Amino acid sequence: MSIQVDPVSIDPALVIDSDVQLTKKHRRATLGIMRNRKAVVGLIILGFFVVLAIIGPWIAPYDPSKVTPDSLLPPSPEHWLGTTGTGQDVLSQLIVGTQGVMVVGLVAGILATAISIVIGVVSGFIGGIGDEVLSLISNVFLVIPALPLIIIISGLLPSAGGLTIALVIAVTGWAWGSRVLRAQTLSLRKRDFVEAARANGEPLWRIVFFEIMPNLTAIIASGFIGTVIFAVLSEVTLAFIGVTSISTWNWGTVLFWAQSSQALVQGAWWWFVPAGLCIAAVGTSLTLINFGIDEFVNPRLRNTAASAGILRKKKIRARIGFTPIYRGETATPVRRAATVTRKDPA
Amino acid sequence: MKFLGRRIAFYVFTAWAAVTLNFFIPRLLPGDPVQSLINKYQGRLSTDSIKSLYVLFGLDKQTTVWQDYLTYWGNLFHGDFGISFTFFPTPVAEVVAQSLPWTLMLVGISTVLGFILGTLAGVGLGWRRGTWADGLLPVANFFSAIPYFWLGLIAIAVFAVAIPVFPASGGYDGGLTPSFSLEFIGSAIYHAALPAITIVLSSVAGWILGMRNMMVTVSSEDYVTVAQAKGLPERRVMFGYAARNAILPSLSGFALSLGFIVGGTLVTEMVFSYPGIGFVLFQAIGSKDYPLMQGVFLIITLSVLVANMVADFAYAFLDPRTRQEA
Repeated sequence: MSIQVDPVSIDPALVIDSDVQLTKKHRRATLGIMRNRKAVVGLIILGFFVVLAIIGPWIAPYDPSKVTPDSLLPPSPEHWLGTTGTGQDVLSQLIVGTQGVMVVGLVAGILATAISIVIGVVSGFIGGIGDEVLSLISNVFLVIPALPLIIIISGLLPSAGGLTIALVIAVTGWAWGSRVLRAQTLSLRKRDFVEAARANGEPLWRIVFFEIMPNLTAIIASGFIGTVIFAVLSEVTLAFIGVTSISTWNWGTVLFWAQSSQALVQGAWWWFVPAGLCIAAVGTSLTLINFGIDEFVNPRLRNTAASAGILRKKKIRARIGFTPIYRGETATPVRRAATVTRKDPA
Repeated sequence: MKFLGRRIAFYVFTAWAAVTLNFFIPRLLPGDPVQSLINKYQGRLSTDSIKSLYVLFGLDKQTTVWQDYLTYWGNLFHGDFGISFTFFPTPVAEVVAQSLPWTLMLVGISTVLGFILGTLAGVGLGWRRGTWADGLLPVANFFSAIPYFWLGLIAIAVFAVAIPVFPASGGYDGGLTPSFSLEFIGSAIYHAALPAITIVLSSVAGWILGMRNMMVTVSSEDYVTVAQAKGLPERRVMFGYAARNAILPSLSGFALSLGFIVGGTLVTEMVFSYPGIGFVLFQAIGSKDYPLMQGVFLIITLSVLVANMVADFAYAFLDPRTRQEA
């Protein structure tokens, strides 16, 4: 929830700026994101896990479910991350489990984004009573706590597999994206280029898909990434508390077995630490990508971060806004520089 | 006043929607609570007891859904959520009533603490951007991506097993009976410390990041520059001009992320076997106790709604623009 593009922080003026970039210099705009260091680091980490998800079943050194007599071995050259209480290889479980996590995250993210685009853009565009009803629905979904809802739905399903969970997560997790998209569509629909398209007699679907949507790309992307994070965390949590099927491997299942086999009390840290680090790594990588998008959409965040670094090299410290304060030879603390000269003659 | 009326109407509607969802979800989904109980006891239930189970769940009567729905509402107003299987024959309402105060204390205190600490840290970081303080951002980022329950596991492994300073589970000392004695309250606080720290640590990062970005955005506004130019002390500019305006989105975010945080804390309770509502939910899942699961869901949702409403009104009080818009 911490990684959303705040509707307030997206200045309408900036959107005009980005739509020029997006329509005219689309290539350069995408490269712009690639130049963002945070986004690149995020993409590299995420790429690693995506590759792992694809080739995982082939490169796992052992069968993750195979019970052997080597129980609770600490990490060793044979078992890089040790073994579980029933002698299964932890590393293999993590590698094989990557797929489950990634697939659910991706499917839930795509579905939820699709729902949020339809509801958000339509309600922002049509306005009036239709907008009222659609916003009411999305606000209701926003306020109802999602995890307990997911828990009761999937707890009632007789066998909740990965895709079912993805579906449940998508149905409960689309509301935030739709709210942000609605706000942005609302500000776009009275713009001149939309009015012009309307005057030209373009059909509604064309206006929505070719005039409005390209200007929402960044918000849609960041909403998608936010939902993927939410989906990954929810899925792992559900597996951990044992709501979903415990026969297929994902990182939550590893933690479920670790918790239920008293790994904590036995000090088997290799059993539960790596899985959590994997979750955190995927979450962090997605957040970093989202920051990249955020800074791309909101130049204030980008400029202040970048220019502060450049200014500091010139011994100038950026303090408030864009006003750099020159730190003179006498290295007086900057915070006093302004007040001392004006108020305090001593 | 029109604003308040609209908001109250919205929350009443949402409450109705939540109750209705709660009514329809088990009826729309495949699966049948009695069937799952039969499976659970694997043939040890006699035909008679199966029949009585159907009666118990109101599944035997040939009534229309509409009649069921009305009965359901009637029962809710009488505080009747059905009977729990796990704690048979205790009514769900009683189980929930026993566990709710624990959760309210734990979640309430740690959420508010997390919000205050995170916001203050965010103000500081946003103000001092471009310095060493930016180095804390990746750390906060990492923490915000960690699931609550995993941090709980680590906390137990470190502070309850490796260095046994805190108890690993429970809400109070086993030898005590719940009362308002000093000893009991002390024991409760001692047991709550580790879960509370876990919740604060995992929720604080989100607030830091949100507040920091808003501070960066707000501190380039003209009024902040003017305040600085007037020669006001930096502390005053930081809190009185920048933070004051930057906190508004954070506050509305507080209302919206409440549901998310409550979800996380439920799982934290499960990890710590804390006698709150999350742990009850955990037990209900384990034994497929549908009436209890639904009762818990309803109570959680209604509590989140109330908290949201409070946050909403606080927001309207702080930001006059919302009152005008409505």
